[in-house]
Amino acid sequence: MSIKKISKIQPESFELSKDNLLEAENEIKKYPNDRKASAILALLFLVQKQNDNWLPLAAIKYVAKFLGVPYIQVYEVSTFYSMFNLSPVGKYFVQVCTTTPCMMKGSKKILDICKKYISKNPHELSENKLCSWTEVECLGACVNAPMMQINQDYFEDLDENSTEEIIQTLLEDKLPKPGSAKNRKNTAPEKGKTTLLEVKNA
Amino acid sequence: MINTYWRKTVPKIIINNKEVEFEEGMTVLQACELAGAEIPRFCYHERLSIAGNCRMCLVEMENSPKPIASCAMPATNGMKIKTNTLFVDKARKGVMEFLLANHPLDCPVCDQGGECDLQDQSLLYGFDHSRYTENKRQVNEKYMGPLIKTEMTRCIHCTRCIRFATEVAGIPELGAIGRGEDMEITTYLEKSMESELSANVIDLCPVGALTSKPYAFESRPWDLKKTETIDVMDAVGSNIRVDTYGWEVKRVLPRVNEDINEEWISDKTRYACDGLLKQRLDTPYIRENGRLRKSSWDQALKLLIIKLKSFNPNEIAGLVGDLADLEMIYSFKSFFEKCIGSTNLECRQDRIYINPQERMNYIFNSTISGIEDSDFILLVGTNPRLEATILNARIRKAYIKNKLKIYSIGDVGDLTYPYQNIGSNTSIIKEIVSGSHEISNKIKKAKKPMIIIGDSALYGKSGKYVFETLKNFLSDNNFIKKNWNALNILTQQASRVGAIDFGVYSVNETENFSFFNKVDNDDFKLIYLLGADNINFDKKNKFIVYQGSHGDKGAEIADIILPGAAYTEKNGLFVNLEGKLQSAYKASYPPGDAREDWIIFKDLANMMKKPLGFNNIKHLRESINKQIQSKIKNGVKKNIEVDFIEENISVKPIDYYYTNSIARSSKVMSECRQISKRFLFTGIEKAS
Amino acid sequence: MLKDEDRIFKNLYNDLGWDIDSAITRGDWLQTKDHISKGKDWIIKEIKDSELRGRGGAGFPTGLKLSFAPKELGSRPHYLVINADESEPGTCKDRDILRFEPQKLIEGCLITSYSISAHTCYIYIRGEYLREGQRLQEAINQSYQKNFLGKNACGSGWDLDIHLHYGAGAYICGEETALLESLEGKKGLPRLKPPFPALVGLYGCPTIVNNVETVAVIPTILRKGAKWFSSLGKPKNTGTKIFCISGDVNNPCNVEEEMSIPLKDLIEKHAGGVVGGWNNLQAVIPGGSSMPLLPKSVCETIEMDFDSLIKAKSGLGTAGVIVINKDQDIIRCIARIAKFYKHESCGQCTPCREGCGWMWRMLERMAEGEATYKEIELLYDVTKQIEGHTICAFGEGAAWPVQGLLRHFKKEIEKRSHEEPLIKKKSNIPYLIDQHLLEKDSA
Ligand SMILES: Cc1cc2nc3c(=O)[nH]c(=O)nc-3n(C[C@H](O)[C@H](O)[C@H](O)COP(=O)(O)O)c2cc1C
Ligand code: SF4
Ligand code: FES
Repeated sequence: MSIKKISKIQPESFELSKDNLLEAENEIKKYPNDRKASAILALLFLVQKQNDNWLPLAAIKYVAKFLGVPYIQVYEVSTFYSMFNLSPVGKYFVQVCTTTPCMMKGSKKILDICKKYISKNPHELSENKLCSWTEVECLGACVNAPMMQINQDYFEDLDENSTEEIIQTLLEDKLPKPGSAKNRKNTAPEKGKTTLLEVKNA
Repeated sequence: MINTYWRKTVPKIIINNKEVEFEEGMTVLQACELAGAEIPRFCYHERLSIAGNCRMCLVEMENSPKPIASCAMPATNGMKIKTNTLFVDKARKGVMEFLLANHPLDCPVCDQGGECDLQDQSLLYGFDHSRYTENKRQVNEKYMGPLIKTEMTRCIHCTRCIRFATEVAGIPELGAIGRGEDMEITTYLEKSMESELSANVIDLCPVGALTSKPYAFESRPWDLKKTETIDVMDAVGSNIRVDTYGWEVKRVLPRVNEDINEEWISDKTRYACDGLLKQRLDTPYIRENGRLRKSSWDQALKLLIIKLKSFNPNEIAGLVGDLADLEMIYSFKSFFEKCIGSTNLECRQDRIYINPQERMNYIFNSTISGIEDSDFILLVGTNPRLEATILNARIRKAYIKNKLKIYSIGDVGDLTYPYQNIGSNTSIIKEIVSGSHEISNKIKKAKKPMIIIGDSALYGKSGKYVFETLKNFLSDNNFIKKNWNALNILTQQASRVGAIDFGVYSVNETENFSFFNKVDNDDFKLIYLLGADNINFDKKNKFIVYQGSHGDKGAEIADIILPGAAYTEKNGLFVNLEGKLQSAYKASYPPGDAREDWIIFKDLANMMKKPLGFNNIKHLRESINKQIQSKIKNGVKKNIEVDFIEENISVKPIDYYYTNSIARSSKVMSECRQISKRFLFTGIEKAS
Repeated sequence: MLKDEDRIFKNLYNDLGWDIDSAITRGDWLQTKDHISKGKDWIIKEIKDSELRGRGGAGFPTGLKLSFAPKELGSRPHYLVINADESEPGTCKDRDILRFEPQKLIEGCLITSYSISAHTCYIYIRGEYLREGQRLQEAINQSYQKNFLGKNACGSGWDLDIHLHYGAGAYICGEETALLESLEGKKGLPRLKPPFPALVGLYGCPTIVNNVETVAVIPTILRKGAKWFSSLGKPKNTGTKIFCISGDVNNPCNVEEEMSIPLKDLIEKHAGGVVGGWNNLQAVIPGGSSMPLLPKSVCETIEMDFDSLIKAKSGLGTAGVIVINKDQDIIRCIARIAKFYKHESCGQCTPCREGCGWMWRMLERMAEGEATYKEIELLYDVTKQIEGHTICAFGEGAAWPVQGLLRHFKKEIEKRSHEEPLIKKKSNIPYLIDQHLLEKDSA
């Protein structure tokens, strides 16, 4: 994983909103009193939630002070984990899984569609500034390959048509319905279950 | 049979079929060293925590299908280890190939060349050609301040520098960002490292990724003359090696001394050395019509003798500077006594209280290595981080090891370890000794407490009260004993303890500051400054003689200037703050016409026909030794009771990079000073 | 084929509802209190007797692992940590448990925590599973409402709190000690062992780390008895297992089956067969990306359990079965796995940090037909130089798939490779203008 690019444009300061502050306090309560640092990931997620899905440098300092850990530790953490973005991403952030199981099922075609409709290169904003895309490693839904994640949701069992439709919807600033594009039931075999045929809640 | 059953057995480990005994708690690597089996390593360093990430130290362990990292594996009784098999050799060769894969192999332009672990070990484990045909990794340079030059393509990610910064220096500012093959070592947003110990990472870096910026491309290690000597930037007496090329001191490196500096030195110790090349006095000067002009030795000394004779001995005073060795001090004092007949001598430019009655009153009795045994420290008016950086690192080490409790009277900012500030008024001391302060009991209950008194507490009206009261308190509570003496004075000047040992002070029963009172009252007409540059008095009509190495504050006001030698240019004895006598050795020679100081006094005395009794360094040393011997027998002890004086103990700010004339002449120190002024915070800012 | 009544995860496809009431009607939380009242030793003995082995990849006997925790609670608290980081390519079984059978996991957490004297349990869930995490949190809240958690959980007399902790995108955090580091708010760098987490784990306290599936099957084992569980599968390879069948099959799916089921059955009966027919099968990766692939010849007869697969020089791993048919470029498939490991290496050990990228680059060239014969040997050397020389098992995970490829498809690589040219063509990328930089955008 390459070193993340740090955005050139940075806000002067950062502060968690009231609600998020409350949530941050709740996160910290999960851990023993002298182990506040454990909440680092949770806090960084909160920052991303509040700040259009990316971490400004001011927030790194903010989180460090909040938890009483060195700046460098928060900086290290935010560059180590792939889910943190150090520069802005689109309002709809499309992450296409391209690891082997998805690759075999045609993730390349999905990438092509992203390139065609969103932007030529990953991490570039679409013309209307709403979307950006990137390739990611296995998202843990291999049975429903190929798949992609848009913001928090998984879009599974894709093909060219369904992907095109989804991306188009995004570009119109709407969030499409997540889940299987083939209307398949979760991870059950598409053409009918082979097990658990009789079970019902007793 | 029954007897041996009870005897504790010494654990044994079998290394290459040889049985060796080892101590509980050792690692396999350490046990291998006991057995004489050399283990290659990059990440392991005995003074840092174990990372086990370079994987160079792999050895074979019986019953383990994989080779194990010996640096991280605890040795256990009966363990069977092999270090010389084909299996081990293959494993290490493999690791070496990986290390070199992305390494630029740019030894010809690398400053580490000749003292590079990677270079050395690739001779043993390297393949003869590279099988890595992919393009090599490119890593951007990182800015780490004026001292550390980076060449991050050479980095082998051993993380020694990170561990040093977090563990020893206590400044968590270095880290590794990214992950996998793109991991990079950096400071937070490439800001310079905020530590007085930062440059030690240069020594720790096993390759040429972190090298010395001021020393960049200066020379190759094999071209340098290496002299093992003693540092004078503070009173710690760090053991150093001075590398010279001709007259020039190229660099200063640490030497191991477990009792003093372990293997670290402060940045000032390391980098003030370029100050030895600048602002040097290389010929005598005489002031004529308000202007200094060059003169010959003969002229200058003759004028000096005339002047000396023109005043009453009572009107002549001598002030010893901070960097003076015993040779200087002794010959200066002999000269004053024998040739001038004056005892107006002083070494305390900073006007602090001393009680020279017995030796323990002005030294650091618990010793530096003793800090590690201590379980309680009270700092009184001192900022050890800036006043004795290396000693501060020891306090941090003790804190890490034993979590010892540290309190401070006087707020001193970030000391690199947590401490509790309990106020800054002398009334707290009153409460402590009377037992009404919460600390009081903590001290009494401690097994090996330490009270460290700094200059800031001894300065001012209340200095005497602070010292005598605390001392009485400690001795009343039986903390001044043979095996543990809790009383510690933190001296900042390399010359101070020696000078007090040799009686270079004007103190009597009632009056501690008579010398300075006389200075202020203009009782002295001629003042002889022996390398004294931190003076704080008005010149007025006084005739000033300055003898020293640098054209600094002393020389500025002088009427006669006699050029002396700097600490790297002569053999000299120093007594450090613990009272340890150490020898400094001549690494270079004085520039131009400058002379070693004791020779100047010898010549002066001879010109005045009142010889000092020594004509060469051997005689001088003999006399000094005699003086030391007689001093060792401790004087009589008298309890001094002092009435309470209320005063605030404010820790004097220290211009760390500018504490003496050598540092003030150093360009590198000026740069550090500029930067440290810009950033006042370290990696941690407390939650608001 | 396993009878439906022997299936533990009856709501694997969410036909019946994930909520606590539905779960209770399926039999969850039945007799939990009684089981706990029989004591730690009984629980651990029962788990040992069931011969349950960890479902997280290594297949370590779970009962034995639980018995490593100090028997009595000392001055340090004990912790149970559930590994829900599921990031192994080809694996998506824990996800279904988290979203459809959360009560099984929660009940398992209570029993397991009690058996190791832990009052706090953290569930480390991969950050991408946000929706699954939200679901699980709801399920936890429901359990609290029914007093199945918290003080005197489920009337057992034992206090237990469960907290969710999200990861943030790092495969290595599935490694148990890296997971603990991550839980402590640091980078996920695996720790040196010894000391093992059972004695020095989270915050330096005794900690047991178990996979979601491992813990989720424990309540059922206690209810139905160790005998029942061990009667399924083969000795030392007992019970049921959720298999994830992905890749070139007609009906990719998750399915709970008996341990030791023949691979062919799994593919033919549950996944609708190989795309293009069984004869179109090229190879199968039987246990998630870390495990060496099996060629078709082995797939004919192999049984899916820990020991049979080890004998076939592969492993059951997480039981993520990736089926590769002849339409795929097998070198490319493995090259992509190598890229995954290059991307996910934490970077602390030299062999893994430097070796993973090297392997990937060589494989890419092999796939392109730009490699020389000599490099095939070199590639093998590199895998050998990584394997066994690292702090954690990631090194093996990265090396094994490549070794599997070399073992079974060397001919394929040779076909595309060529002799070292007498005159080396000058690469159009000059030295030090780096391929890494060019790769950066896509990496
Ligand atoms: C690189 C690596 C990644 C791993 N990823 C996971 C994972 O995602 N989920 C998991 O449960 N175990 C994973 N493991 C295995 C864990 O280290 C550990 O063995 C497991 O959580 C133990 O649980 P078990 O005994 O229930 O299997 C991984 C191991 C390694 C070496
Ligand atoms: S083997 Fe790789 S992933 Fe594991 S600790 Fe070493 S560098 Fe990290
Ligand atoms: S010295 Fe042991 S792994 Fe580096």
